[in-house]
Amino acid sequence: MQRRQLVLYGAAGAGVLGLTLFVGWWRVDGPSAPKPAGQRPLPLSAMDFRLTDHEGNEVGPETLIGRPTMVFFGFTYCPDVCPTTLSDISGWLEELGDEAAQINVVFITVDPARDTVEAMAEYVGYFHPVIRGWTGPEDQIARAAEGFRASFERVPTEGGGYTMNHTASVFLFDAEGELVTMIDYHEPREFAVPKIRRALTEDVEGAT
Amino acid sequence: MVKKLRYSNALAVLLTVAGLSAPALAGSEDVVVENAWSRASIGVNRPGAAYLTVRNTGEDAVTLTGLATPLAMMPEIHESKTNSDGVSSMAPAGEITIEPGQSVALEPGGLHAMLMKLQEPMTEGETFPLTLTFSDGGKVTVEIPILGIAARGPEG
Repeated sequence: MQRRQLVLYGAAGAGVLGLTLFVGWWRVDGPSAPKPAGQRPLPLSAMDFRLTDHEGNEVGPETLIGRPTMVFFGFTYCPDVCPTTLSDISGWLEELGDEAAQINVVFITVDPARDTVEAMAEYVGYFHPVIRGWTGPEDQIARAAEGFRASFERVPTEGGGYTMNHTASVFLFDAEGELVTMIDYHEPREFAVPKIRRALTEDVEGAT
Repeated sequence: MVKKLRYSNALAVLLTVAGLSAPALAGSEDVVVENAWSRASIGVNRPGAAYLTVRNTGEDAVTLTGLATPLAMMPEIHESKTNSDGVSSMAPAGEITIEPGQSVALEPGGLHAMLMKLQEPMTEGETFPLTLTFSDGGKVTVEIPILGIAARGPEG
């Protein structure tokens, strides 16, 4: 009897262990695993694109190396998500205070046909002064998006216009240009600001 | 068309004019619109967006079927969605039914009144009327304050 109980407990134990291992596999390597490395943005040093900032300067990924960086994609004809992202970021930057001046913050348009240098200059002028707007030829925007593993697509609207579907996450890099983390659209500000501080601290650690 | 209105508190100017039409309305006379605001536009080429909360204080469900405003030729309720890959897209939301005692919020990143084909620029500090049309034929007109482009909510 005792022996049978022992076997039973043993079997139950093995079952629990198996389930635990399975749950672990599911989360780490299985269908619920984080995206493979191929889906993560490249380090800035491995990207290659040429764009123009809203003041007419030639810029590229190398412009961003040396300071922590925040990058996001959007377009100025976007009535809801983009102004919301820009005003959220402006709020985070205000909360960071003086530290905000140490960060590159770049808004790359996915709609260069309408977002000229002048359009970008006017638009970013309404938000936090640290935010820079980048635009350029379509093929260079596409190369930038590819480096960040961001996507965008032109979608016709009724009435003959078009809108853009696009990746709305904010990418955070450390001063060496390595991805630190991403801030998903709609993440509460109390999560976003510590993430940005982390990118700032990694910079300090990297320097020592 | 756009009324110039001085205000100290954006919420204080919310004039809700309910049940403009026939007496045989089922529901829309019990609609209350709150927290209305919008962002200023740059010119008239870009679409504008307005936000508000529609609360049904009555006993019957109400269905919001459309929008009208002298400010824009094509006002429509749209919904922004962000998928699991972080990609945002926007599409017309269609009709919206609000059950008794419930409310529907048009807020940044979700439902919003998309103001296409602006007839004039949306200027910070001004207001414009927006009429909500319901399936029972009732209409509710609210005066929507225009805040700055970088506004985050009805408080600015």
